[in-house]
Amino acid sequence: MPDATELELTAQELRERQPDSILDTEFQRDRATLVANPESVKLVLGHLRGKGYGFLASLHGVDYYPEEPRLGVLYELLDMTRVDRISVKARVPTDAARIDSVCGLFPTAEFQEREVYDMFGVQFSGHPDLRRILMPEDYEGHPQRRDFPIGGEPVLFTFNEEQSYGKDV
Amino acid sequence: MTSLTEDHRRREESITLSSEPAGQGETQELMTLNIGPHHPSTHGVLRLLTTIEGEVVRGITPIVGYVHTGIEKTAEDKAYWKVIPVIERMDYVSYYFNAMAFCGAVEALLGVEVPPRAQYLRVIHLELNRIASHLIWLGTSALDLGAISMFWYCFREREKVLDLFEMSSGQRMHTRYFQVGGVMEDIPRGFAQKLQRFLNEMPSRADQYADMLSQNQIVIERLRGTGTVDEGTLLALGVTGPLLRAAGNPWDLRKAQPYSSYDHFEFKVPVGRVGDNYDRYRVRHAEFYESTKIIQQALDGLPEGPFITTDRKVALPPRHELATSMEALIHHFKLVTEGFRVPPGEVYYPIEGPRGEYGCFVRSDGSAKPARVHMRDPSFVNLQALAPMVKDGYIADLIASLAMLDPILGGIDR
Amino acid sequence: MPLSREPLPENFRSRQLQARDMLAGALEGDDLDRYLEERVMTTTMDRAVAWARGNSFFPLTFGLACCAIEQIHIVASRVDIARFGWEAFRASPRQSDLIILSGRVSIKMAPVIRRIYDQMLDPKWAISMGACCSSMGVFNNYALVPADKFLPIEVHVPGCPPRPEALAHGILRLRSKIQGNPPAGWRERYEAEGTEEILPGETNLESPSINVLKPGDTAGA
Repeated sequence: MPDATELELTAQELRERQPDSILDTEFQRDRATLVANPESVKLVLGHLRGKGYGFLASLHGVDYYPEEPRLGVLYELLDMTRVDRISVKARVPTDAARIDSVCGLFPTAEFQEREVYDMFGVQFSGHPDLRRILMPEDYEGHPQRRDFPIGGEPVLFTFNEEQSYGKDV
Repeated sequence: MTSLTEDHRRREESITLSSEPAGQGETQELMTLNIGPHHPSTHGVLRLLTTIEGEVVRGITPIVGYVHTGIEKTAEDKAYWKVIPVIERMDYVSYYFNAMAFCGAVEALLGVEVPPRAQYLRVIHLELNRIASHLIWLGTSALDLGAISMFWYCFREREKVLDLFEMSSGQRMHTRYFQVGGVMEDIPRGFAQKLQRFLNEMPSRADQYADMLSQNQIVIERLRGTGTVDEGTLLALGVTGPLLRAAGNPWDLRKAQPYSSYDHFEFKVPVGRVGDNYDRYRVRHAEFYESTKIIQQALDGLPEGPFITTDRKVALPPRHELATSMEALIHHFKLVTEGFRVPPGEVYYPIEGPRGEYGCFVRSDGSAKPARVHMRDPSFVNLQALAPMVKDGYIADLIASLAMLDPILGGIDR
Repeated sequence: MPLSREPLPENFRSRQLQARDMLAGALEGDDLDRYLEERVMTTTMDRAVAWARGNSFFPLTFGLACCAIEQIHIVASRVDIARFGWEAFRASPRQSDLIILSGRVSIKMAPVIRRIYDQMLDPKWAISMGACCSSMGVFNNYALVPADKFLPIEVHVPGCPPRPEALAHGILRLRSKIQGNPPAGWRERYEAEGTEEILPGETNLESPSINVLKPGDTAGA
């Protein structure tokens, strides 16, 4: 993990390339996070890849309800030679959930971006095949959002099978 | 007189396997073949839409989601220690690894020290699970290659591993043995002896597998030179684990970023040379020996001491304290009814599983339930490597490549 | 000294006459049917067929999730269901008569399972293995559906996952159900009597519950 100073230096480099690319840095429990502007996420990841973080270990979404902007897309990057991890976070609001796809930089993002789209409804512009991946294609809603109900139904036993469903349905 | 094999080979060589499809436009004969979601060789409910030209695969699209269970959503609805049994059911062949990734993430958020005995017990169970997982892989993929006897041998050994799990935790699968802060219980009396018997036996069993498969002409013909993908492509696709090591990259988180005192043990990381299916088989097979070695060292050096952290805010107090101590009773009540609260923060905790990097992302908002749990499952990421593996190869090699990819659909769909 | 013997049944004489009529070819229509049904031959045949069916399941090679691993274990050497004659797992639904739903059934998979079930030939049975597909277990959420909602399940095997022995016990219960009792009205209730596959071009093509691939359709389900 890069330490706090190195994280700030990286953020500074990126700000020099594009002034509003990094909104914030977080350093907590040895986890270094760059909070990137969603519009320049490709630039940030491209820069980090040039610095040696060439392996995108994971890409996932988070719903920060009730904070705004609500949705977050997290990129966990790994430098295999220095054994160093850094994460990039980009936050987008639900009504304009749109972010650049990084499939061109990291082909591994293809499935994972589809999963984030499926579960959180974030649109990845430039993605080659943005479809639902886990839920059926005609499914409505994005299940991992915090305001999506968890669902479920009463369990069927012999005593309540008649009133739940059966012949009369 | 030409022998049968020579004749066969000559005819095989006449087939063009070039990446250019024969014929252009309307003369090009491509056929779409749907495999799955119910197909015995897909190791679960995976659906593959393959585009084939004759017998040669020209394109493949995996369609997943048929066992999507919403585990990540369910985990947000449960207290931290109730998440463990749920999250174990993600990748259902390597349940200890799922639990380890989640417990490690929560421990990192809490800042809890895991006592050394618990770390060693975790290593023992993780490596036993790695052996059990590889046994399933070997048995079922040998079945795909047409060798049914391997299946009996592998499941014979797997039953012994499951017996050990049952002895230490009471369940064969989804044991919920790992607890935040340590393990649930100490190993029972007789476990060490039984484990030692298994360890004495396992290397000779692995030798048997090698005797049956490694020099087997059919296995070599089906595996060698098929599904070859170079290291660069695998890294770009995010592939980890034995698939990456078979291509010559010795990336192993147990060595690179040791967790749970893996740095105390001596073991080698098996690495392949070309990255074809045969190397994948050899790498996983060699891991039987290395895992056995690690377990032996952990068993010999098993330290004395507590098996779970003494932090009463996280771990349940021992049973006998409940009768004497009021404070223990309060802690017990709080833990069982509400669970422990975790300070707000985010953490990503990666470990090396039998298929690659299991990374658990946990976000806490300060309450007793996680705000987000995400498992980076290696099967899900590795599945993307199937297309470069099987492209422009025979459809029979697709089956072999899928077997050597070793996807677990529960982990892919979660 | 007279022999002690059971008293003759009252209608013995009438049955004797009936048998004589039958041999003479004088019995016709309903009378003949009733006569045949009362005779040894048909009832014994039913029982013989039920005995054979219960002892020679052809289960479908079909795994869904965790329970599938334990389902594999019942074939392996320790539990070894070949002892009971059920080891002939068939990969095609058209050659099998028992489907074991081993794992969780998602809303995406349910139409597929129903279609596989419809492809199986009568008589057919279904076992729901494990908590997930019986009652959804711990995962009572948006993604899952209990198997009872769309399939007539004969036997539920509890456990998460059940031990292989438990599944073997479940199949034994199914065997005694087949050999001893007729189906308890499940099929009629779920309209599963004599089900068959719906082919494209026939009715119900647009039915959302059944996923039929149209020609040239390469998109996912």
